[in-house]
Amino acid sequence: MKQLTVISGKGGTGKTSVVASLAFLADQVVLADCDVDAADLHLVLPPTPLSSHPFSGGKQAFIETAKCQLCGTCQKLCRFEAVRGPDTQSGSPESGYSIDSTACEGCGVCAHFCPAEAIRFTDAQNGEWYISDTRVGPMIHARLGIAEENSGKLVSLVREEARKLAKKQQRSTIIIDGSPGIGCPVMASITGTDLALLVTEPTMSGLHDLQRVADLTAHFHIPTIIAINKWDINPEVTAQIKETAKQRKIPVGGLIRYDRSVTAAQISRKTIVELDHAPAAADLRQLWDTVAKALFAEA
Amino acid sequence: MKIAIASGKGGTGKTTVATNLAQLAASQGYQVAYIDCDVEAPNGHLFLRPDITSDDTVHVTVPDIDPTRCNHCGVCAHFCQFNALLCLPGEVLLFPELCHSCGGCQLICPQQCISEREREIGQCQIGKAGQVDFVSGRLNIGEAKSPPLIHQVKKQAPETDLMLIDAPPGTSCPVVESLRDCDFVVLVTEPTPFGLHDLTLAAEMVQLLGIPCGVVINRSAENDEATLAYCNSRRIPVLACLPDNRKAAEAYSRGELIAQSLPSFNQPFTTLLERLLQQTKHTGSPQQRCHP
Repeated sequence: MKQLTVISGKGGTGKTSVVASLAFLADQVVLADCDVDAADLHLVLPPTPLSSHPFSGGKQAFIETAKCQLCGTCQKLCRFEAVRGPDTQSGSPESGYSIDSTACEGCGVCAHFCPAEAIRFTDAQNGEWYISDTRVGPMIHARLGIAEENSGKLVSLVREEARKLAKKQQRSTIIIDGSPGIGCPVMASITGTDLALLVTEPTMSGLHDLQRVADLTAHFHIPTIIAINKWDINPEVTAQIKETAKQRKIPVGGLIRYDRSVTAAQISRKTIVELDHAPAAADLRQLWDTVAKALFAEA
Repeated sequence: MKIAIASGKGGTGKTTVATNLAQLAASQGYQVAYIDCDVEAPNGHLFLRPDITSDDTVHVTVPDIDPTRCNHCGVCAHFCQFNALLCLPGEVLLFPELCHSCGGCQLICPQQCISEREREIGQCQIGKAGQVDFVSGRLNIGEAKSPPLIHQVKKQAPETDLMLIDAPPGTSCPVVESLRDCDFVVLVTEPTPFGLHDLTLAAEMVQLLGIPCGVVINRSAENDEATLAYCNSRRIPVLACLPDNRKAAEAYSRGELIAQSLPSFNQPFTTLLERLLQQTKHTGSPQQRCHP
């Protein structure tokens, strides 16, 4: 079983559209949508949900006002400015202390050191994850609650479940839609995968972010291939990206042209390769040939 | 007045809106600061091209265990919610990138043998792009958590009439850290199903934080209806529509500010700035500080 992760230093480079098309072209695929912050794959490949599961990635503190003796220890010890003090403006200190759940990191310091034992410290539900069927194969996806953390843990969970499912159903390929950036969700998306496909755009910011994310895949020793989306928007920067790739010894596995049918495909909830007339579809087929060769090449 | 520019999804044009607004407001005589909080993929400098005057390392604190006094009792590792400490029979191992710097281990150690040391997580650059004050954060490669860096970057922002915060994409902790204490949030979206889906998540997040918001539709064309209908149903004002234009994509690709290089974009940005100043007036933020 081989794992391919599609990533991009920057969001909006066309990662999800590429993932959906590659998944359509691949055989025996399991999809893992690891862009848990802005999971969009389900918009192109509408899932039929089979099961949903709560995700708890951490804990959360909660002050029981009735037990609180207003000593302020929690506020003094909290390093995340998550404890709100009594409302002094209205002159009613009885309103007490409370915890801003969007700021609480779940460290447990306030709960442990509260002399009145007035702080509950319990598992937080940070999101949900799902097993679904799509027209190209099963998909594991998730939704992280708003303002929740631990997306790295959720990404690892989604990947692990995708691996289990692929093993059970004897599917040969897992395609992972990674998240943007270079932080914890991305690291969790790429560690231990067989190949990273880096989707970039020929813009100054695309080039800049490509360097950062290429450093990241190098850091984790993940074999990497670059695809340049909308390459014809700026052939000069495309040439610069090719030069950068050459210096870094990363193959450019495909060039996808600027094509308005990409938006049309999104609106009609189809993958680009399902639109026969779409010029970019040919580019994506070629990209999959290159990627599949690299992915299934004997080491 | 602090205005954050955010979006559920990346690549919708946050940096385009933030940098063009900063430049435009400065040209109208406002004191403006542009703060790049997208520390995983900072891009503002590519468009504003600032002269950097200081480039400082940003640190977080991690525990420093005195091995001569530690008796490997394991209380610290048991307390740590982030698995940053592992107690072995002969030593305590620290995984610094997992540490949230809560200080709990130090407080709880029965031997009182834990102090704190600093660990580098990224850089903070300060400079000036014409009349615009510029601050930008850059997370080190391999570093997992951006919120502590974002917190530090925001602290470096100078006092100005108008502070524009370029937020990272998504709706999780780095974004929340960027939006904290802001008076208004501009949500940049594009009129596609992806854009609308992520806009709804971003709008929920902003609502949860209790900050007023407005929408900018980027790459606006004939397909805006669904986005307009959503904004209307949620009573979110649409502040501007920036037309879909291949010339704009090309100018962006060269690192140009579109409000400067394409005359047709000057008007929408001017309107956007005016509306923003009006909107924030309605929200009761200290408008009197904001005068040309």
